[in-house]
Amino acid sequence: MSKHLLILGGGTAGTIMANQLRRRLCKTEWRMTVVDRSSKHLYQPGFLFLPFGIYQEKDIIRETRDFIPGGVDFLQAEVGKITPEAHAVTLQDGREVSYDLLIIATGCRTAPEETAGMLGPKWRDNIHDFYTLDGARALREKLASWPGGKLVVHINEMPIKCPVAPLEFSFLADTFFTGRRMRDKVSITYVTPLSGAFTKPKAAKKLSHLLADKGIELVTDFTAEKIDQERNVLACYDGREVPYDLLVTTPTNMGDAAIQRSGLGDDLNFIATNKHTLQSLKHPDLFVIGDATNLPASKAGSVAHFESETLADNVLRHIEGEPLKEEFDGHSNCFIESGNGKALLIDFNYEYEPHEGAFPFFFGPMKLLQESRLNHWGKHAFRWIYWHILLRALPLPGISRNKKPPVTA
Amino acid sequence: MNKDIAGHTVDVNEEGYLTNMSQWNEQIAAAIAAEEGVGPLAATHMKVISYLREQQAAGAALTIRSMGRSGVVTTKELYDLFPGGPLKKASKIAGIAKPVGCI
Repeated sequence: MSKHLLILGGGTAGTIMANQLRRRLCKTEWRMTVVDRSSKHLYQPGFLFLPFGIYQEKDIIRETRDFIPGGVDFLQAEVGKITPEAHAVTLQDGREVSYDLLIIATGCRTAPEETAGMLGPKWRDNIHDFYTLDGARALREKLASWPGGKLVVHINEMPIKCPVAPLEFSFLADTFFTGRRMRDKVSITYVTPLSGAFTKPKAAKKLSHLLADKGIELVTDFTAEKIDQERNVLACYDGREVPYDLLVTTPTNMGDAAIQRSGLGDDLNFIATNKHTLQSLKHPDLFVIGDATNLPASKAGSVAHFESETLADNVLRHIEGEPLKEEFDGHSNCFIESGNGKALLIDFNYEYEPHEGAFPFFFGPMKLLQESRLNHWGKHAFRWIYWHILLRALPLPGISRNKKPPVTA
Repeated sequence: MNKDIAGHTVDVNEEGYLTNMSQWNEQIAAAIAAEEGVGPLAATHMKVISYLREQQAAGAALTIRSMGRSGVVTTKELYDLFPGGPLKKASKIAGIAKPVGCI
């Protein structure tokens, strides 16, 4: 009787793990299943580009099944409740799925209902978000005919997945409206609960000028108490108000509702996970990867990729009864669109903040923490790499799971 | 780097946040609070500061949500106690790292 490895979530992390483990686990000994509510796999980094017409929908939507390897069953279903004590998952339709090993890769979702006044008659009218496909579509329609006014780009609270995307949106908006010869009709304001647009010293020193250069106003330390839809105003707990004509907000990000139903998460429904081994802190046969964890790492696809390499090794060790490797170092690597055909690349982990240098080799070709056209090309080329290499857990030359320490000159 | 705060030499980063939370004491807190324009530290301030130090020691992420829901103080009260930026000011006064993003 074969054992069962169950993966909840067929997004980036879940798909990579299915590919990583199917080729390393004996097919007669281990049955594998991936469960997801949707049959579609969405390239989430593409949501940033959809509102500006830079990407089309066909660029960012594929069939999940095309990326699940042979020998792994794909079950399209909604997860009801996870009961690790019983090594079982109950689906919303009542079916019970038992497992020997469970990997939770259920990601994180936007929760506009968490902020008073975000949902309501003006939601998707002059209050938008681009963190979902529907949201990005609605914003595309709005931007196509918006005559101008006060554009406010807002982060509600941290953590959010893809933490730099709202800033990228602001930069791209500056380019978009300039291209439409209406930049003088638009004011762009970036509103954040953090103390700056850039909070790490090296990045702040190097990049703060970008906002002033692009005429983007900055409002910091702003925790939104509510959105006043009648007066079109974003209100902070301390009485400060930011008026808007078009609000592009990033709602509170939370783990999947199934995590809450299962009592497995914190008050944002993220699961307590060992930050170096990726094993659940509570249940030994449970591992967590990607946006679903409570790790102090960014919620980003690159992090899921780097986690997957350590996690695959640790799942095998766990099966063999060997001690797990405390290996994952919080490695994250992100392209940041800065507008006008340029982008930045940052590489960091738990220990090292984003720093200057070259990537992935000592000679480059990408520049770290510096705008370049090659970085922008790299961000767009990455989409091909995602579909053809990353999701299938094929090797990426020169790119290691652990971050290489910065080279001190 | 070192800084002299209230007669104590402490390790701080470029922004003046303590890099070693065990070097903290209440005089240091009072001195930093004065620098940050936060009035004399009352009992409610100290309740928040104790909570923050406990959370930091336990490795928990510091967010406005967790502070507001902690039962120690509401989000509105946080802004009244630490005007101009509760997260960045309270953490500095508490001798712990400022909550930051990835960049």
